[in-house]
Amino acid sequence: MKQHILSAIRLTIVTLIFFSGVYTLVILGIAQLFPNHGKGEIIEQNGKRYYTNIGQSFTDDKYFNSRPSAVGYNAAGSGGSNKGPSNEEYLGVVQARIDTFLLHNPGVQKADIPVELVTASGSGLDPDISEKAALVQVKRIAKLRNLPEQKLQQLVKEHIEGPLLGLFGPTKINVLKLNLALENLR
Amino acid sequence: MNTELFGIIALFIATVALAVPFGKYIAKVYGGEKTLLDPVFGPLEKGFYRLSGIRPNVEMNWKQHLFALLTINMVWFFLGMFVLMNQGWLPLNPDGNPSQSPDLAFNTTISFVVNCNLQHYSGESGMSYLGQLFLMFLQFVSAGTGMAAAAVVIIALKERTTEKLGNFYDLMVKSCTRILLPVAFLVALILLANGTPMTFEGKDTIYSMQGDTIRVSTGPVAAFVPIKHVGTNGGGFFGANSAHPFENPNYATNMVEMFSQMIIPLAMIFALGYYVKRKRLSWMIFGVMTLGFLLLTIPTITTELHGNPKIAQMHVDMSSGAMEGKETRFGTTASAFWSIATTVISTGSINSMHDSFMPVSGLTQMLSMMTNAFYGGAGAGILNFYIFIILAVFISGLMVGRTPEFMGKKIEAREMKIAMIVALLHPLLILAATALGVAMPELTASTLNNPGFHGFSEMLYEYTSSAANNGSGFEGLGDNTLWWNISCGIVLVLSRFIPIIGPVAIAGILASKKHVPESAGTLKTDTGTFGIMVFAVIVIITALSFFPALTLGPIAEYFSMQ
Repeated sequence: MKQHILSAIRLTIVTLIFFSGVYTLVILGIAQLFPNHGKGEIIEQNGKRYYTNIGQSFTDDKYFNSRPSAVGYNAAGSGGSNKGPSNEEYLGVVQARIDTFLLHNPGVQKADIPVELVTASGSGLDPDISEKAALVQVKRIAKLRNLPEQKLQQLVKEHIEGPLLGLFGPTKINVLKLNLALENLR
Repeated sequence: MNTELFGIIALFIATVALAVPFGKYIAKVYGGEKTLLDPVFGPLEKGFYRLSGIRPNVEMNWKQHLFALLTINMVWFFLGMFVLMNQGWLPLNPDGNPSQSPDLAFNTTISFVVNCNLQHYSGESGMSYLGQLFLMFLQFVSAGTGMAAAAVVIIALKERTTEKLGNFYDLMVKSCTRILLPVAFLVALILLANGTPMTFEGKDTIYSMQGDTIRVSTGPVAAFVPIKHVGTNGGGFFGANSAHPFENPNYATNMVEMFSQMIIPLAMIFALGYYVKRKRLSWMIFGVMTLGFLLLTIPTITTELHGNPKIAQMHVDMSSGAMEGKETRFGTTASAFWSIATTVISTGSINSMHDSFMPVSGLTQMLSMMTNAFYGGAGAGILNFYIFIILAVFISGLMVGRTPEFMGKKIEAREMKIAMIVALLHPLLILAATALGVAMPELTASTLNNPGFHGFSEMLYEYTSSAANNGSGFEGLGDNTLWWNISCGIVLVLSRFIPIIGPVAIAGILASKKHVPESAGTLKTDTGTFGIMVFAVIVIITALSFFPALTLGPIAEYFSMQ
């Protein structure tokens, strides 16, 4: 009995040191070999530093807008809305997002708004939008920035990230990269 | 073919293809045979045993196994309570996160000790890096515990009469070092290469393009996330779990994380066949489990691709499906697939928010945990399925008038009683706890995030997830209250240890019985017919127990949306 408890305590200490300590330090050491030393992927432009994977709130009409976020793109408190599909209050919010979008994008038909642009992501930090979600915003941005629509469509096409190895998963566009390129357009 | 669908099909086939040889490797580890990794881990394990005063060659009977298992789990529990209730002032806390309250620490510790990883806190604000590292330790050893218990059952299945079933500490340590660690290590490398952070610095501050100040939580994520999946634990480093772009940066990592949560449960099935030299038995089990898995997965994917009918009425473009709570980089198909993989396999990590799934998907997610028999957690899957095999052997034995035998051992009243207790405990805990929660609206009503039927589903899901040791949630539920912390904690303990004690006891009792050689009168257990029998037993027990409760939740919600 006493022997069992003592062995259990000693084994706990030894394995704790190994799995929490040694294993962690090995991974930490290997992380130093990768770009940016395990501190996440970073893009820099005009002296400013951004995380490639962490979505940002783009609500301004002159940018390609990102998806709605339940946590306001708070990268220190990720999360989704967790609203159920039949929740009336939630459905009201979605309807309001559609109305707002139409108001800011005159000339766009309801049927052209992809559903992901009016629904919040799971993490609240979704860095991506779909190709359709980018294209539907071209008209608005072109007008505001005095750029030909064609040029913007071209920009969107250039930023499409295809399926993994061309075979697996969806196509998407990183909103941050797209907007950074947009700022560089003359 | 559609690339999203192709992604999950390719992943599933690749996982099964790798699970077969990996199962053979696991069988070798438990059988003490030579493997490639011996020179690395042999000396390491020897060091562990010497420092702990353990003699790994002393074999134990089933009672000694359980005693050792429960004792060491108790030690982990007390240590965990201490760490979580004091993490505020302990080192490695750059963000200054507070110590947990006693009830939250109780829930969190139990939940990680029992391999559930239900989380009533968010990692960003509720856990220090020291706390995270301690939880990571529990993710290794709790998976090792389940696998060791399953190994005892597998060892007991060998055709002989014995009391000696290996050494618990040896089986547990080897599960951690030789099975979990190598896979976790490889996954960590892949995550690092894809931009998952691994740092001990605190929150970073950046300024967004629109000029907002953003605080970015980070941490030793690349060490934590692999074992969360390989050990089928599921507890996230961040609140959003594997939907978070740091935990799961892209479609490639998503495939790797799906693979890493499925590989051990699948490989354990094949390990069983290799160990007892009955490969057909493995394929029977695999067939039943896969049938159940597909029956749950296909309607979920179809429903999610179809999208929310209430939003469709607003006449927007629904082609990407039900995207509320889902990430663009995974898409609807992989999110729906993951939601069933993670619930059949007691992982409970999520890459999309289950609360926002359609009612039919909520139903299939809950059914995955209610059946709790398709693939299942690391080790726990075999233990749960073993109970259903015993039940099916007994029932079909009676139906065709043969003595109920499994692997040459007679199944008698004592084993049946244990099997029945274990099988009935699961629905009892879920339904009784949910009923209690509903009966006390003053404690629960204000914690719900959604009204009506969906609110009821949130409660039912929480207890189902606790009882299945799954750990996912309808996360809208405001679950950090005294009621939820304590009630889920109790459900967690009972639903972890009784389903371990039961199968290990049955296996131990059967192993000590006289071996009866197979004859013409023996009911064959490695055939398709017997597989159908097991499947029927699972469906009947689940359907009869849970149908009424599901009617009040997801089924009612489904019809209300038509």
